[in-house]
Amino acid sequence: MIPVKFDYIHAESVEQAIRLQQESNGEGKLIAGGHSLLPLMKFRLTEPGVLIDISRISQLKEVRKEGDRIVVGALTTHHAASNDPVIKEHIPLLADTVRQIGDLQVRNRGTIGGNIAHADPAADLPAAAFALDAQVIIQGEDGEETMPVDQFIVGPLITMMPENSIVTAVSFAIPPRHTRSVYLKYFHPASGYPVVGVAAIAGVDESGVIDFVRIGITGVGDIAYRAESVEQTLLGQTPSEAMIQEASRLAAEEGEMGNDFFTSSEYREHLCKVYTERALRSILLAN
Amino acid sequence: MAIEDREVTVVVNGQERSAAVEPRKLLVHYLRDDLGLTGTHIGCDTSQCGACSIMVNGEAVKSCTMLAVQAEGSEITTVEGLGSIEHLHPMQQSFWEEHGLQCGYCTPGVIMAMLGLLKENPNPSEEEIREGMEGVICRCTGYQFIVSAVQKAAKLMAEAEEQKEETLVANLVREGTHNG
Repeated sequence: MIPVKFDYIHAESVEQAIRLQQESNGEGKLIAGGHSLLPLMKFRLTEPGVLIDISRISQLKEVRKEGDRIVVGALTTHHAASNDPVIKEHIPLLADTVRQIGDLQVRNRGTIGGNIAHADPAADLPAAAFALDAQVIIQGEDGEETMPVDQFIVGPLITMMPENSIVTAVSFAIPPRHTRSVYLKYFHPASGYPVVGVAAIAGVDESGVIDFVRIGITGVGDIAYRAESVEQTLLGQTPSEAMIQEASRLAAEEGEMGNDFFTSSEYREHLCKVYTERALRSILLAN
Repeated sequence: MAIEDREVTVVVNGQERSAAVEPRKLLVHYLRDDLGLTGTHIGCDTSQCGACSIMVNGEAVKSCTMLAVQAEGSEITTVEGLGSIEHLHPMQQSFWEEHGLQCGYCTPGVIMAMLGLLKENPNPSEEEIREGMEGVICRCTGYQFIVSAVQKAAKLMAEAEEQKEETLVANLVREGTHNG
């Protein structure tokens, strides 16, 4: 499969990437690893007139700690993120999640920025992004802006990305030190995409009650979400099997369960509960 | 709008090669059609099967999901760059001895992907090998013999590495004596 003809140009800086988009009159599309874009182009589902390659802008590959957040450069590959010492130390949930994206070869090319900007409803990353209060940092014609991920992704493959702009980084909140986290998914056996993917972070304080909990769920419908009902139910409680089961019953509350020939919405709802339960059990009850 | 071809220069298997290509040309087509390196195969063409896996700057990637122009300036290794019939690469040797293939169509890609895995993790467990094989599909073997082949290759490569070190130390000692 071969895409339709397009022109190709390298951007050497963020500013140039914006300028080249302006000059392309709406025909330009940014490419980094190309692992979301190229398959779409090969199927001719999208036909940009010019590809603007941003992969040489080395400043977008940095990972750094900034206050209580970790800022991950947009060009950081999934493979690099899963091995990054700063990410592993402060936000291990992200390393755990990106390690489960696609396969070895895909992780070597796919990037954090590209993944978020593509906003695939079946992607793994949004689960961790929602659980870690991610913010998308965008450089546009009028300067830089920061958007919380739940405002950035507004539908399947739809984002609030302004015209002629570029995602330069995604930042993630560092959860409290005493918490533990996990990403668990039930994946489609052929594609590897999550049918349900649950990213959970939780911790108990010195008196033994849950004082921090975040749950992000992806794959089930058009958009990932925070399972806030589960979080609210657990906060202030002592972890127990019964408590986890009770809270996990609410895992599908904030989500809209999709329905397709692989999985009915009822089954997705069921899986949501089961995987939330398993995730919480593994971080709250296992030693 | 006329779109100009781009000169793409890469180092493939240690040799600098270049050709003028359309920006839309996939890397796998560049390797096969322009450079004549047909060892890399195209299976699904949709980034699933991994038959087209090669090494780009030391990392395993699927060459059907990369444009030739994206590879400009990079170092590429294809299956042709591994060994010769007389001197097989340990990975090739192991696939042969452990029957890691039947029809052989997926083999070049599987071999490159598994070299990518061993580079990252030179001594993987069976589970890690199976996990590492996520990005390749083989219709013949049922994977068991591929796992055996990769286990053997890991062992052979570790031994070769050890031997290389021993030779290096021996040479240093000899040189030391000589100079002393």
